[in-house]
Amino acid sequence: MENKILDLLKGIRPEFDFQASSDFVEDGMLDSFDIVTLVDELDRHYGISIDGIDIVPENFASVGAIRAVLLKNGARE
Amino acid sequence: MSMQINVLEYFEKNTLLRSPRKTAIIDGEKSYTHKEVEVLAKRIASVIARKGIGTRRPVAVFLPKGAGVVVADLGIAYSGNIYVNLDIKSPAQRMKRLLDNIGPDLVITAGEFEGSLAGLGLAADRLILIESAAAEDVAYDNGEILSRLEGLLDTDPLCIINTSGSTGLQKSVVLNHRSFIDFTDWAVDRLRIGEDEVIGSLSPVFFDIYSFELCLMLARGSTIVFIPDKLAGFPARIVEFLTRQGINFIFWVPTVMVNIANLDILGKVEPPPLRKVIFAGEVFPTKHLNYWRRRLPGATFVNLYGPIEITLDCTYYVLEREFSDDEPVPIGFPCRNTDILILNDEDRPAGTGEPGELCVRGTGLAMGYWNDPVNTAKAFVRNPLNPHYPETIYRTGDLVYRNERSEIMFIGRKDFQIKHLGYRIELGEVEHAVLSAIEAIDNACVLYHKEKKEIVLVYEAKKEIPLADLRQRLLQLLPKYMIPTAFHRLAEMPRNPNGKIDRNLLNSRLQEGRPWT
Repeated sequence: MENKILDLLKGIRPEFDFQASSDFVEDGMLDSFDIVTLVDELDRHYGISIDGIDIVPENFASVGAIRAVLLKNGARE
Repeated sequence: MSMQINVLEYFEKNTLLRSPRKTAIIDGEKSYTHKEVEVLAKRIASVIARKGIGTRRPVAVFLPKGAGVVVADLGIAYSGNIYVNLDIKSPAQRMKRLLDNIGPDLVITAGEFEGSLAGLGLAADRLILIESAAAEDVAYDNGEILSRLEGLLDTDPLCIINTSGSTGLQKSVVLNHRSFIDFTDWAVDRLRIGEDEVIGSLSPVFFDIYSFELCLMLARGSTIVFIPDKLAGFPARIVEFLTRQGINFIFWVPTVMVNIANLDILGKVEPPPLRKVIFAGEVFPTKHLNYWRRRLPGATFVNLYGPIEITLDCTYYVLEREFSDDEPVPIGFPCRNTDILILNDEDRPAGTGEPGELCVRGTGLAMGYWNDPVNTAKAFVRNPLNPHYPETIYRTGDLVYRNERSEIMFIGRKDFQIKHLGYRIELGEVEHAVLSAIEAIDNACVLYHKEKKEIVLVYEAKKEIPLADLRQRLLQLLPKYMIPTAFHRLAEMPRNPNGKIDRNLLNSRLQEGRPWT
């Protein structure tokens, strides 16, 4: 799952090295457009619908955080 | 009663007398009263005056969205000059071309940006650093500042607002005081804007919506609350912010509102205390609008329509009756002191139900494009229905019709301009950038997928170009919201009989999801 998340991130912002960041949002790697795109792609790939109240900065700060929010919303590894 | 000439008269003759201690701006942890805003702006005006420039000259502002921009803009206006708010995220090359065309006498910025502005060829003596210009030790003479405004007319410019241009160079729209006064007075009256509006400002400072919010602050003593940029991707946080700050008025582009509806945020967190919800800039799908209306039954919803060239908006529609989810919402009726002509292909008035180009007549029209007589002459033309004297109308390029209720309904564009994430974009500008940035691309056609809301680049090249390369190169030339998010390579572009790229064919393949070849 981690690798897939990283692939999607790279697809959205190929110019950044996500592995070098400890907080994607604070580091300015994901702006508002990117979050919308990312949620959309995650929903589609995992066949889920991430709950709107889970779309908060701390859930998109790292690959681990994104994985946790996917699992919470019913995604399977 | 003497006629108002300058938007600052709102402030000087009303708000500063009635509510000087009321909060004018909330920007993060900081807040400023109207009196404080006035003092900061007049300090900046006095620094501008001491630089020896006259009046009616462009002065650019290179600052992030926030209170600094407000006091800089008002300082420029108090000095009798024209503010030009820049998009600080714009790539250097694009910014440089814009600045070369406008040629601002001065740029107001902050110390942290001095380096990047020097890289754009702006000499240090043309920069004013806001931290020193607004500092406490800057003294000003009120009478001297106000005397600078004496010779100005209501047709003199308040600001310049920049928008995408199809040839690759942005268009700089010159807007005067009269048109802002006209629109503000109409809005205050028709939309019943009182004196306790708390505005949740989401508009970039280089959009006209921000300048209107500024006018409401001046005219009605409204409070502008800047919504922090970093909340923008997180709709639940935005809605919580609205509630926490007691925001009762928003004027947004629909993008964020659609996102909030899709995620059912208003059903999951406490609905905010909004009384007025105004939207403009693109079509708000009725299904999502209905969601908002159901969730906020006490609020008034207003659809506004208009390109920057006519100052804010020229038609409006206040939602009163019910609409089914698949029924389009009208763009409505002309605002006061504005006339809408719908002209068919023969330049005659279109009949009921007949599509035509929406053209605008009235004092809301911009003065034209700065240093751009060719484009000005193309868009600001003589009214074909009036042969008697030179009367100018603005041709929007938007196709509309009037329905049986006399409401104006929006159809689409006559050309290749799109609205994406609230931004107005000429697909030609993107094509221009693609061809100049990437040598390996022989031909390019940029399209817009309406349903997916996606900018699509179809290009002709000998071999596939890696996605990361394409994006990185384009980011050097275009702001992020203009970068295509889908890419397709063709060995050869389809051509129509006269040898041009067959745009229509490519477009229909895209919209219908058919294969490219």
